[in-house]
Amino acid sequence: MDGQNITKVVLLSCGSFNPITNMHLRMFELARDHLEDTGQYRVVKGIISPVGDAYKKKGLIEACHRLEMARLSTENSDWITVDSWESLQPEWVETCKVVRHHYDEMLAAEQNNDDVDTVKYAKKRRVEENSFEGSSYHKRRDSPQLMLLCGADVLESFGVPNLWKQEDIAEIVGRYGLVCISRSGNDPHKFIHQSDILWKYRKSIHVVQEWVTNEISATHVRRSLRRGRSIRYLLPDNVVDYIREHGLYSDESERKNADVVLAPLERNMGASSS
Amino acid sequence: MATRRVPLVLLACGSFNPITNQHMRLFELARDHMHSTGQYQVVGGIVSPVSDGYGKQGLVLAKHRIAMAKLALQSSNWVTVDEWESQQPDWTETVVTMRYKTTLYRFPCKSMQELEDNIRLCSILLRPLPSGPCPQLKLLCGADFLDTFKIPGLWRDDHVEEVAGRFGLVCVSRGGASRQNIFLVREWVRNETSATEIRRALRRDRSVKYLIPDAVIEYIHKHNLYTEDSERRNKGTVLRPLAKQAQPVKSLDD
Repeated sequence: MDGQNITKVVLLSCGSFNPITNMHLRMFELARDHLEDTGQYRVVKGIISPVGDAYKKKGLIEACHRLEMARLSTENSDWITVDSWESLQPEWVETCKVVRHHYDEMLAAEQNNDDVDTVKYAKKRRVEENSFEGSSYHKRRDSPQLMLLCGADVLESFGVPNLWKQEDIAEIVGRYGLVCISRSGNDPHKFIHQSDILWKYRKSIHVVQEWVTNEISATHVRRSLRRGRSIRYLLPDNVVDYIREHGLYSDESERKNADVVLAPLERNMGASSS
Repeated sequence: MATRRVPLVLLACGSFNPITNQHMRLFELARDHMHSTGQYQVVGGIVSPVSDGYGKQGLVLAKHRIAMAKLALQSSNWVTVDEWESQQPDWTETVVTMRYKTTLYRFPCKSMQELEDNIRLCSILLRPLPSGPCPQLKLLCGADFLDTFKIPGLWRDDHVEEVAGRFGLVCVSRGGASRQNIFLVREWVRNETSATEIRRALRRDRSVKYLIPDAVIEYIHKHNLYTEDSERRNKGTVLRPLAKQAQPVKSLDD
């Protein structure tokens, strides 16, 4: 028996996936390599959770298509899966709640595999809602960890007014953990340094440097499609075929939600004004 | 009535060590661009991996580079792999490859397979199309390729003139000035995946999934390509074009 505790990790990626691209998939691979390289983690599962239509982002096409494209793209992966729970909710769900949901599911799955009574432990933990202390919190037991996987742009979006609730950010980095893939042009270390709350939980934020720059954005993909340009080799072939077969992404689809307020902004601004 | 489009074939020469999604993207970007000029109809694309005689450090055997390119292009309906250059006993100047492609029928064939290949390529390149002239051949390259023209001893001046002047280049690049017969395709997406980085990742047992096709990854693992040993291959060897260019030019050289 080796003396070192290896923590099991599940990576969760939330986003529009409008559409999913090789870059999104690459993030999972990079994150897994990085975490396992530390010798402290074993990444057992990856979850892609497309956002619901109620997010009301401009150009967001129906969740059913975005789910199916994500599923097609992970056909050849033996560890990355797609989850529809978030997209099936009638209202937009805060990322923090999505993380919580998947964390509870993960614990429940562990309970089925484990002889140890994790349910009692989970109930006990819920009582201590505000006292999580970053990574030391999880080392009490060999409990698996759920980490939010994201690009540096998401990390920097923590600073956009009314997009995130401060307590949600604290919970995501404090109770769970973040794996942040840096793109050229972003400096996640600087952003963490400039944010007191991120600095406090910096031990739970894993920054992964992508040396092979791979800046395929879904926005560029949609723009190419509108202009009749090729997107082959930016996404898996079967997703390219799906988009063509269903005629997705046009000028019309890009105008969707153009005059609608993004759900988190509406919700948070409404709350703060009361 | 719109002017008839000139049929065009794009030829990419390089190590393809290994072929990557970015290489295949070059073809897609170039085709879109040439179509959008209104003057061209891209009828084919050719990947021509360099021969082992090139002597570049880390170059794995041509048979593997060819096999990987074929796997990667399985799903393409317009880009094919050409083995002629890789089968030549010595490294072949780019301009020679380009001349070969445009006048294949003049060169002797070593086997039935080669004859069939030649006929197939002839039919793509040389069959007069009902609507106009034979296809043109242009060299497809990335930004770093244009820079190699400046490296002393790497290119003969008359070859540069022929490649850029007689044939023409389609260069996918972020910057630089446009020149006659050099079509600059402004990269609309920065995709710096490079074969060098991929080989490095493979040596370190890191994932390269989604950077190169799955079938190519499987092939690499199956044949255990790209190790520290393979990267040391040709270390200290002078690159063949530099060695060749340093020799006096014989009149029958070409």
